[in-house]
Amino acid sequence: MSDQLAAAWRMLPGALAGHVLLSACALLLGLAVSLPLAVLAARHAKVRWPALALASLVQTVPSLALLALFYPLLLAVSAVMRPLIGHGLPALGFLPSLLALTLYSMLPILRTGVAGLTGIDPAVLEAADGAGMTASQKLWRVQAPLAAPVVMAGVRTAAVWTIGAATLSTPVGQTSLGDYIFSGLQTENWVYVLFGCAASAILALTADQLLGLIEAGARRRDGRRMALGAAGLVIGVLACLAPAAAGQIGAPSRTYVIGAKNFSEQFTLAALIGERLEADGAAVSIKQGLGSAVIFRALASGGIDAYVDYSGTLWTNVLGRRDTPAPAVMLADLKRELMARHGVVMLGPLGFENAYVLAMESGRARALGVANIADLAPHAPDLTLGSDLEFLSRPEWTALKSAYGLSFRAERSYSPTFMYSALKDGQADVISAFSSDGRIAADGLTVLADPKHAIPSYDAVLLISPKRANDARLRRALAPLIGEIDVASMRQANLMVDRDQDKRTPAQAAALLESGLR
Amino acid sequence: MVEPLIALDRIGKSFDGGKSFAVRGVDLAVARGTFLCLVGGSGAGKSTLLKTINRLIEPDEGEVRLDGRSVAAQAAAELRRGIGYVFQGVGLFPHMSVAENIAVTPRLLGWTKADITARVGELLDLVGLPADFGARFPNFLSGGQQQRVGIARALAARPPVMLMDEPFGALDPLIRADLGSAYRALHDRLGLTTVMVTHDLQEAVLLGDRMAVMKDGRLLAQGEPAELLASSDPHVAALMAAPRRMAERVAARLEGGHV
Repeated sequence: MSDQLAAAWRMLPGALAGHVLLSACALLLGLAVSLPLAVLAARHAKVRWPALALASLVQTVPSLALLALFYPLLLAVSAVMRPLIGHGLPALGFLPSLLALTLYSMLPILRTGVAGLTGIDPAVLEAADGAGMTASQKLWRVQAPLAAPVVMAGVRTAAVWTIGAATLSTPVGQTSLGDYIFSGLQTENWVYVLFGCAASAILALTADQLLGLIEAGARRRDGRRMALGAAGLVIGVLACLAPAAAGQIGAPSRTYVIGAKNFSEQFTLAALIGERLEADGAAVSIKQGLGSAVIFRALASGGIDAYVDYSGTLWTNVLGRRDTPAPAVMLADLKRELMARHGVVMLGPLGFENAYVLAMESGRARALGVANIADLAPHAPDLTLGSDLEFLSRPEWTALKSAYGLSFRAERSYSPTFMYSALKDGQADVISAFSSDGRIAADGLTVLADPKHAIPSYDAVLLISPKRANDARLRRALAPLIGEIDVASMRQANLMVDRDQDKRTPAQAAALLESGLR
Repeated sequence: MVEPLIALDRIGKSFDGGKSFAVRGVDLAVARGTFLCLVGGSGAGKSTLLKTINRLIEPDEGEVRLDGRSVAAQAAAELRRGIGYVFQGVGLFPHMSVAENIAVTPRLLGWTKADITARVGELLDLVGLPADFGARFPNFLSGGQQQRVGIARALAARPPVMLMDEPFGALDPLIRADLGSAYRALHDRLGLTTVMVTHDLQEAVLLGDRMAVMKDGRLLAQGEPAELLASSDPHVAALMAAPRRMAERVAARLEGGHV
């Protein structure tokens, strides 16, 4: 527990800096767009309706989906811009997160801005005109100060929303306090989840209180209060950014960015690669929680420098192939095609596979005389299949069913943890597991062989981005991993992170793998 | 003939694109130093006509000249800084102190701080408010006090012309009579030219040098109250007779008789 907490604290400066920078920029940009729009909307009813309707519409899109939508959008814009200005836009990380959160922050500011401006006593505006104010003098001397307390209430709401929603920028590759929540959810590390939630809640409350001070100042025409709130905000933002900025200045300019998908094995392998690079004196940052499709694009475009993927995934998702050649043939084809199409270097396989497999309790398998899936087929109508949430809708399952003529009595989906307990309780007789999952060994399960090779192989392979293709330090750090991590070591490392008792961090699991290398 | 300070020439205004007119074909001349009361029932077009003078409303027809210059040829904001404007809604700026409210137009004109401070003190005295009222905020003042500040604000930049739209309409009768005669005294002392819209004939007769009677957007008659009483127009004559008849009935009632 205290190990987990210590590890969480170590991550805090980077995660907090990323979170604060993103939220502050999104809020400032949101203000810069929304306030003039509110003035325009308050003046012209023709602008008011569409502006408010559009801002409300944005609000109905779930924030995670909004963040996700900017990824393909920026890819498309980038493709258009590349021939025009010579380079594209980053579709991952800060930019898509900033744009999505800016849109998200607009509604409360716009709505309170319009309400604040249109709610002013018409007599006061008539007096301003009668006294000889121009439109802009009226705006700055009368309308703005009178609408300010109302608008500030909207800014507070926007700030709280933005800081909360910024945790969702982790899957698009932006470092934030969401890193704790997403990695914690995947590894069932509740200390991390709570730590991330608490940190983001404290940040949101602090920002809200400081903005509240400005709001109270505006309401009571108390300049000191407003200055105090504003100073608190500026100092707070700088204090959050300072440690990370100091780290940036001291670090070598060429930081290696290692990517990781959203599950324990990926976190552990990224930590292992990171440790090896740091031992060689390099600066490393790890972007974790990236989606399967997003991570390869990020590598190809140079957003990340290296990560571990699986041959079957690359084969179907990146190359778009549906056949299942022998593993060696698939690896050779992949190496050639990834280089030819994307300039991506496939350094080599790590030595273990993480494939979808069917598994049974060993005793049960022995009793039924089942050693492979072909043996299982005649028994299937009497058995129940337990799967994870996506297996039943994946092509691997379709391929297995048609290759072996599988038809189970029932098929049930579980979250991974409950899938293993279902097998133990007898609610399921066969489960879909990942071959490198530590719980296969821990629970004494038998993995059923796939003699017809219906499911492609999923060898873990190391990939390097085109711009780092000839980077000697990266190759030096990664080469010793090739062919050196067997499935037993990987299962043991995964179990350390996934088990409920005596849980360890991915970094500790990485240390175990490191000690197993020659 | 000497050009009047305010001259309205065939003024027309429609709020529905020409289907009907709030004001139509009004000619009006106000000589320097005159206190003119614009009277008539509600919807007669008095306020609309008044606001064409400081361009709070732009006429569709005709021309307004101030001191011989067409107001349409001047920037609206600059024009208004030279014309005092007081209206029933008062419209004090709630986020400014009384002193800041009074200083609004001088600040727009770029007066020095010292000049502004001196002028604010002078005006508080002029409208009969204690000097320490300068630091108060409008929501702590009574209705009568608020309109005194409204008058001080309108007078701050020493405008030669004052436009007043039902300025005392929301006040109770005693304060109303008080403030009315106090303003009339200021008008004389400062040599102002005042156009005041009111629907109260008694107030108009008591305060105005001249009166202009409007009905359905037209100007029926204008002149000194005594001239209007002898008007050949039955509507004008009846209107002018009303205050005296009312006063006689009130007196009779109080003496216990019947009318």
